[in-house]
This record gives sequence, C-alpha cells and structure tokens, in this order.
Amino acid sequence: MIPQPYRMVDRRVETTDTVTVTLEPLETELGRWEPGQFTMVYVFGVGEVPLSISGGSCGLIQHTVRDVGPVTHAISTAPAGTVFGLHGPYGQGWQLAPPTTGDLPPKADLVVLAGGIGLAPLRPVITEALARPGRFRRVCVLIGARRPADLIFTYEYGGWRAAGAQVLVTVDRAESGWRGPVGLVTGLLLRARFAAPRTTAYVCGPEVMMRFAARDLSHLGVPADRIRVSLERNMQCGTGWCGHCQLGPLLVCRDGPVIGWDVAGPLLATREL
Amino acid sequence: MTAPTLDLMAAHPFLAGMSRQQLDRLARWSHRSLIHAGGRLFSEGGRAERFWLIRDGQVALDVHVPGRGDVLVETLGPGTVLGWSWLFPPYRWQFGATALAHTHAIELDGAGVRALCEEDPELGRELYRRFIAVVVDRLQATRVRLLDLYAGDQS
Repeated sequence: MIPQPYRMVDRRVETTDTVTVTLEPLETELGRWEPGQFTMVYVFGVGEVPLSISGGSCGLIQHTVRDVGPVTHAISTAPAGTVFGLHGPYGQGWQLAPPTTGDLPPKADLVVLAGGIGLAPLRPVITEALARPGRFRRVCVLIGARRPADLIFTYEYGGWRAAGAQVLVTVDRAESGWRGPVGLVTGLLLRARFAAPRTTAYVCGPEVMMRFAARDLSHLGVPADRIRVSLERNMQCGTGWCGHCQLGPLLVCRDGPVIGWDVAGPLLATREL
Repeated sequence: MTAPTLDLMAAHPFLAGMSRQQLDRLARWSHRSLIHAGGRLFSEGGRAERFWLIRDGQVALDVHVPGRGDVLVETLGPGTVLGWSWLFPPYRWQFGATALAHTHAIELDGAGVRALCEEDPELGRELYRRFIAVVVDRLQATRVRLLDLYAGDQS
C-alpha cells in the first residue's frame, strides 16, 4: 500500500492524447505482475489513478495513459525524470493458459479483441502468447479504433505478424490514405481464423463494445467462461477495502479487472449495478 | 459453371446450412466474379440488379458528400454479403461500392432470385430471414459506431 518511487525513463507519444511511459524503480521494485493487472499511480500533489500495465520487463513497468483528467494529464505531460509513486500490482489478470507440455501440438486458439486504448492491458498478453511459438495453434489480434490516427502500438503490429499472429485492424472513420477495413471491430471476427470451440478470447475496450464482442464470440461458439473481459469501474484503493468499484457481488479491483463473461455478462446486463 | 459455383455457395457463411436443393436453385442465377482492385461495382442511385457473396478481398461502401467526394462509410470482407437494394422497390443503390483489393465473389442476379423466391416460398422465407439478420447486424453495428465509444475510453 505504500507507494514506491518510480522514475519515468522514457515517454513515447502514441497518439495526440495518449503516451506510453516507462518507469524504473528507485528503491523497492513492485512484485511480479501478470498481464491484465494494474497498479495505482500516484502523482505527487495531484492524485492517484489505477492504470493497466501495458508492458515492461527487468523491473521496468510501462503504462499507456490517455489524457482524460487531472492525474492522467499530469502523467501524460510529465517530462522524463519525473518521479511517481506506484503500488500494486493489483487484481486478477488474463490468466494465460500454460504452454502445452511435451511434444503435443497446441490445440487452443487465442483471440485478442481490443477497442481503442483497450489494447494497452492486452499488449503484455500478446507479447507473452507469442513469446513461445507453439503455445497456441493460432493467435488472432483484432484491433478497432476511432480513426487511424488513434491506433496505438502500431510500431508493434509488424513484429506480432512476424511472430505468427493474424493482426487485423479496423477504424470507425476512414481518413485519406487508409486502405484497411472500416467498421466495428466485431466485424473482424468473420475474417479471423480460429476454431471457436477451442478458443480463448480476451476482450478489452469500451463496455458496450465488449458486450457486442462477447455476444458475437458466443454466437460463433466460444464458451462464455473462456471469453474474458477487462472491466473498468471506479477503483480507488486497489485492494478491495473501499468498495467504490463494487459490481454486484464483485469488487472489480480485487476480483477483476479481468473477469469471465459467464460471470460478467449477467452483471453488465443489470441496470444500476 | 453451375457446379463449381454451387460448391462455393455451399461454403459461404451467408448460405451455410441451406439445403442442396435450395442452393442448386440459387446457383442457376449465379456466377463467379472477380472485381479488380479499384473496380466500381455500383454507384449511388443506379439500378440495383445484383448482389454479391464476397469470398475474398475487400469492398468499400461509400456515399458522395458534396465538397468531400466519395466518403467511405464501411468495408465488407470475406464471408459477407454485398447489396440488398435489389430486394425492395425502387431497386436503386443507396450507396456506392468499390473493390479495395482484388475481390472474388459469387454474383447473383436480383430479378432472377426475386422470381425464385416468389415461386418457392420456403426458399424465399429462408433467404429473406438471412438478409434480415444481416441488416439487423449492420444496423446494430452502425448504432454502436454512432455512440463514438472510443472518444471517452481510458485505460
């Protein structure tokens, strides 16, 4: 719970309002993190926000931040060298299945479906899934954004493709020069190559988009308990004490943010929860 | 021509599960087509006499906006169906369509299929049911896009 000082050693501009910051520990490192978990990032004198971990290794932690409020504005505009306070990691991650053991060929397919900045918490799981060839039979990365200029991590798509992933990208609004698909990200499911009954799907983005994605994945035959979504609620403490992020019987910061659709689906369909 | 088209039709998601007999009747009004990248399939206001089952490639739907030219509103890829204005009067295209890549499709004759639906109500009902599902799907996707969800999301 005590924030550990982390210094920003790199700041990469992703879009006009989104940056990826790389942080290194000055004293004690946070514990080992899993893809899908988040940390609480404290900007001294401004406030604290929960941020998904979007990458990092060897003690470094990356967060991809969209400038939407006072704290995220302070992080987005801070110069390299700025020190923040971090605590965590918190929550349940994507829970990537362990690699197939022995000489057995992989049987499972993985679909990663991201909308907007929802790709940020999915990036480490893509990296991990592709790190060991043969872990999955197929990996499909489906990405949607508002405009081409709003796409993040575009510099990594080539590497993901080279590692064997099918990477499909669509935008809601085309701009001149865009030659790719235009339409809702769920429209990419028809083009993705995966066998639904043996697929695990990770979905992150605006909640309505996740509902549509989960619905379509279910219709295609992906079991609900193998569709995992990353929820966003008003997470204040990160440890399940304050109750701000309650969603029915769940505390999203503790029981989530990643939750199976078999559990999340009925809760998200209930108004006022 | 009919036999290979029949096999391609059976493999297309839009017609998945239709009986061999129904596919055979539809196949009589179909042929394979290749639209080269940049090829114009139809333009807004033109007579809607055909539709396509896209097998491979990509087609852009556009609408002409004065001062902005042809604005791309949506793309359709493999496994989708292009064109439903042939189903209802006044049989005019409401949008334009251009192939963005070499596109392989099965092209069907609208008037022929309409006549087929009249004489074979079961086939007609099945085909209309499938088209309604496509229309509903696209309507819902359009509504979600109208929400402009990505404008306010955060990590």
